[in-house]
Amino acid sequence: MPSTLWLILLLPVVSLALITLLRPAPRWSGRLTILAIGGSFVFSVVAFFEMLTRQQAAVAAHQEVEPVVSMVPWFQLGKTSFEVGVLADPLAAIMLLVVTTVSLLVQVYSQGYMAGDPGYRRYFAFMSLFTFSMLGLVLAPNFLQMFIFWELVGVSSYLLIGFWYHKPEAAYAAKKAFITTRLGDLGFLVGILMLYAYTGTFDFHQLQAAVKVGALGGAVLSTAMVLVFMGAVGKSAQFPLHVWLPDAMEGPTPVSALIHAATMVAAGVYLVARAFPLFQAAPTALMVVAVVGGFTAFFAATMGLVMSDIKRVLAYSTVSQLGYMMLGLGVGALSAGMFHLFTHAFFKALLFLAAGSVIHGAMEQDLFKLGGLRRHMPWTALTFAIGGLSLAGVPPLAGFWSKDEVLTAVYHSGNGLLLALGLLTAFMTAFYITRAWLLAFAGEWRGAAAAPPLPPGYALTPRPSPTGYALTPGPTPTGRGVGGEGVPAAGSEAGHGGSHGGSPGAHAHESPAVMVVPLLILAVPSVVAGFLGLPGANWFGSFLHGEEESAAEGIVIASSVVLAGLGILLGYLTYGARAISAEGLTAAFRPIHALLVNKYGLDDLYGWLVNRLYVGISLALAWFDQRIVDGLVNLVAWLAAQVGRGVTRTATGQLPNYALAVFAGVVVIANVVAVVAGR
Amino acid sequence: MFPLLSAIIFLPVLGAVLIALTPRARVTLIRALAFVFSGAALALALALFAGFSRNVATPQYVERAAWIPQLGISYFLGVDGLSLPFIVLTAMLTFLAVIASWHIELRPKEYFALMLVLETGVLGVFSSLDFLLFFLFWEVELIPMYLLIGTWGGPRREYAAIKFVIYTLAGSALMLVGILTLYFFGSAHTFDMLALRQQGIDPVVATFAFFLVFFGFAVKLPSFPFHTWLPDAHVEAPTAVSVLLAGVLLKMGGYGMLRVNVGMMPDVLAANAPFIGALAVVSILYGAAVSTVQHDLKSLVAYSSVSHMGYVLLGIAALTPGSLGGAAVQMFTHGLITGLLFLLVGVVYERTHTRIIASMGGLAPRMPLIATIFVIAGLASLGLPATAGFIGEFAVFVGAYPSLPWLTIVAIFGVVATAGYILWMLQRVFFGPPNPRWAALTDANRWFEVAPLVTLAALVLVVGIVPSLLTDIIQASVPGLASSPLLTAAR
Repeated sequence: MPSTLWLILLLPVVSLALITLLRPAPRWSGRLTILAIGGSFVFSVVAFFEMLTRQQAAVAAHQEVEPVVSMVPWFQLGKTSFEVGVLADPLAAIMLLVVTTVSLLVQVYSQGYMAGDPGYRRYFAFMSLFTFSMLGLVLAPNFLQMFIFWELVGVSSYLLIGFWYHKPEAAYAAKKAFITTRLGDLGFLVGILMLYAYTGTFDFHQLQAAVKVGALGGAVLSTAMVLVFMGAVGKSAQFPLHVWLPDAMEGPTPVSALIHAATMVAAGVYLVARAFPLFQAAPTALMVVAVVGGFTAFFAATMGLVMSDIKRVLAYSTVSQLGYMMLGLGVGALSAGMFHLFTHAFFKALLFLAAGSVIHGAMEQDLFKLGGLRRHMPWTALTFAIGGLSLAGVPPLAGFWSKDEVLTAVYHSGNGLLLALGLLTAFMTAFYITRAWLLAFAGEWRGAAAAPPLPPGYALTPRPSPTGYALTPGPTPTGRGVGGEGVPAAGSEAGHGGSHGGSPGAHAHESPAVMVVPLLILAVPSVVAGFLGLPGANWFGSFLHGEEESAAEGIVIASSVVLAGLGILLGYLTYGARAISAEGLTAAFRPIHALLVNKYGLDDLYGWLVNRLYVGISLALAWFDQRIVDGLVNLVAWLAAQVGRGVTRTATGQLPNYALAVFAGVVVIANVVAVVAGR
Repeated sequence: MFPLLSAIIFLPVLGAVLIALTPRARVTLIRALAFVFSGAALALALALFAGFSRNVATPQYVERAAWIPQLGISYFLGVDGLSLPFIVLTAMLTFLAVIASWHIELRPKEYFALMLVLETGVLGVFSSLDFLLFFLFWEVELIPMYLLIGTWGGPRREYAAIKFVIYTLAGSALMLVGILTLYFFGSAHTFDMLALRQQGIDPVVATFAFFLVFFGFAVKLPSFPFHTWLPDAHVEAPTAVSVLLAGVLLKMGGYGMLRVNVGMMPDVLAANAPFIGALAVVSILYGAAVSTVQHDLKSLVAYSSVSHMGYVLLGIAALTPGSLGGAAVQMFTHGLITGLLFLLVGVVYERTHTRIIASMGGLAPRMPLIATIFVIAGLASLGLPATAGFIGEFAVFVGAYPSLPWLTIVAIFGVVATAGYILWMLQRVFFGPPNPRWAALTDANRWFEVAPLVTLAALVLVVGIVPSLLTDIIQASVPGLASSPLLTAAR
């Protein structure tokens, strides 16, 4: 089995290396990537079934399943041996399946979406890099390797968000994503260093053993795990570091589906799950996970209510759903959190790819300009609806089962506030996704003719100066669906332009099969994946844990179904039947609406902290450096020169002479030494 | 036995002599001589690398000849795990610098000769095991550097060159007094750097000597507040000279600290660790903040050196086996990365004729190779795993945390600050809409531009992925530096 795991990890490296070094024809770079990821997928399936067999054997013997580990020494410095390797247990096996399945489908889809893009080869090289990094993260046997691949997925994300780097928004969003997540990684790194300082190991299982024998625990462990969780907060876009994810939608939509919905952003959840025994030994840290997750779920959903960009609705939805996963883990339900990660990966990837199909076919992503697309893009409309219903938690779709498992776990934890937040989120989720579907696919086309105009704020003005303001050139301080890849900028127009034209709305067309087929495939697990985790017959939970989860709670299921139904109904009445005026709602809640559209002012606050405060301090320090520090140096030099006037005669101004003098001085001193020493 | 070290050290100066004897007009021959002799030094340095026993802590390839026996001064050379990486780095960067200087038209004869003399000086510093020999080589490096900046530099070259020399001379004056103090007041009365590690010396005198040499090295490193010569020197220096300045000359400071302050007086270092660690953290954060707001691309990279060498100082202050090893690794990787960054700044400047960041923008489509390598170098500089930059930084953090936890935590903020200024710089220089002003520019397309860039970028990745190439060497000697028996109490 170890060789299977190594193959899973290394195949994408092969495609990356081949694409980078051989620079094959663009379409071959796509095929190479798909071939490599296809291989990783097949081996992941093999590994999964092997793990299943092991699990069954272990259960039969009433033991815990032994993880498969293969380590290689990396380098040694001081007393520390740094090791890397691969580790597979049921958790990793599940995650491998999720990552390779979604990755494979997204790569296939990308062939259509990115067709004709001048950066096609670069795109697939970056995608190979990402898949490799993500698989390395999943297979990591220790915190060191987790951190390494954690950073590598971060940089893949940076490269892919900024893929269309000629767009200032994209370049800006890429940088923002990297730096914001790195702020969380700072905590992650300190947490790892703490754990290492107390135990001398980065290894997950050795750390668990240290906890078991009591060598690690108490405040030290709690502090370390809260710090480690900071990394997850950044990567999984939890409050207060969630601000980067909506902006990350500047990347190509398949990237959003794979990296910023299904896999990389779930890495934070995976990290908590991977280190779960350590979190369990640190109840304070676990409580922090629950509270941050529950609050984020609610908080992000509120912003999802008012976004006008279809991708941004989905982005806030992702933040919110990741909050659910954290909430589940935080109340101690590992399998609930992971199960939601599992189902979410499919239905959210589906939603994003369907949104990509909309953008590809209609060249527009502002919900208020879309409309009536169900007639032009029936498959897209259908699959988006399936993903949406799953997200909304409509039984018996996948999202319903996993979300209810999370809510049930919260119910059992006895925390009423968190349960209320979770239920309210369920209501809002149903509402905003209904709104999105209705605005995009129902009614009539509201947009402009074939080529949409540049959205506001897209003016290509160079930013003023390097003195700070430019650090947030963000022309998108509000949530008003600005900045879209639908814009026929040099990167994307080759693929989309040209063939379209004609009357308003008439240009919209269904996407090619290479894009629609992945949608249909993803629709299947979005519907049925939930049956793996039925209450009372929870295969998923027992595979992950080796034991059954607690039974369902009728009251929780009933409330969440009713709330989801109400959300859908309200959405329909407002945006479908138009029985309730959306404008009226906005007017009635104007201050709240403004607050939501402005994203609670957090982006502005962070912008101020970085562009004004940090850059201001830096400018002050630069002034200090030049005037005071260097000024003192020059002052000393000047004083020395004044003193030196007295001995001007000996100063020739020729440096080699000075050097000669130094050398002579050394010799003289040496002679003095000789005399002294020769006593 | 063949005196391999002497050959490596003196081949370049032999080349310089031959160049001096070559008629001025024969530029091609001059270049060829510089290429051959720096290349030969590199080849021998690689032979040294190959032949080095990785499990021996004490110096190898030792050459010793009496020089002034009455004083205990000898011609004493050797390499250990601390010096070998820097000998290889010096030989390699000089060779690449010679290539990158191929198109120098102003007095190439003097230029290449001085560059080779510089190489001899630096190689001598890293190979000397006699303190006075070490000091002489330290001084030898000064003059060629002064002339290289002062003659081939930018508009303010004379100011920058004089500042560099005076600053360094002041530092070396302190160092010399420190060396003599160790000689006179120690029990061994020798300049033998190995014997000096074992000698007994009064703690007060040791502290005095410690800080004298420490400040001498801190100027070179440079550490805040002795760093202001660096941005001036870098901004004015020609590209290849900047590469050598950042790539190898700064390393002499950290190398000296490890060899002398750590190796000979670890007790004094331990007693003053919080102070030195604080200096390190200030350098890291202050350098990063000042980098952030630089208008000039080259001075941004220069200030980033102040920040990155701060990690070296932190590793030294923490004084654990891991942190010392990390400091050595960080110096080596910084040499690669910053060398590469200065080369890149140079090729960009060759095309745009400006270094003002604000006037660039959208360069990536015009120069994809330069942009790609610049991104790799930038990511390495911000410590991305799988690049060389991660290894040193991470090793310093792992090593320093148990010893100086709070200072290490504060230092880690530097990692975010670095990401900030590097990515913001990349964004402003390369990304955004293509600027019509740069529409006619070409990518790096001449062999003497492409070869050094690709070589260094490849090395940045290789060291990041297979760090044991470097750490196996360093591990041989560096972690044990502080643990040698040392008697600070005079008996």
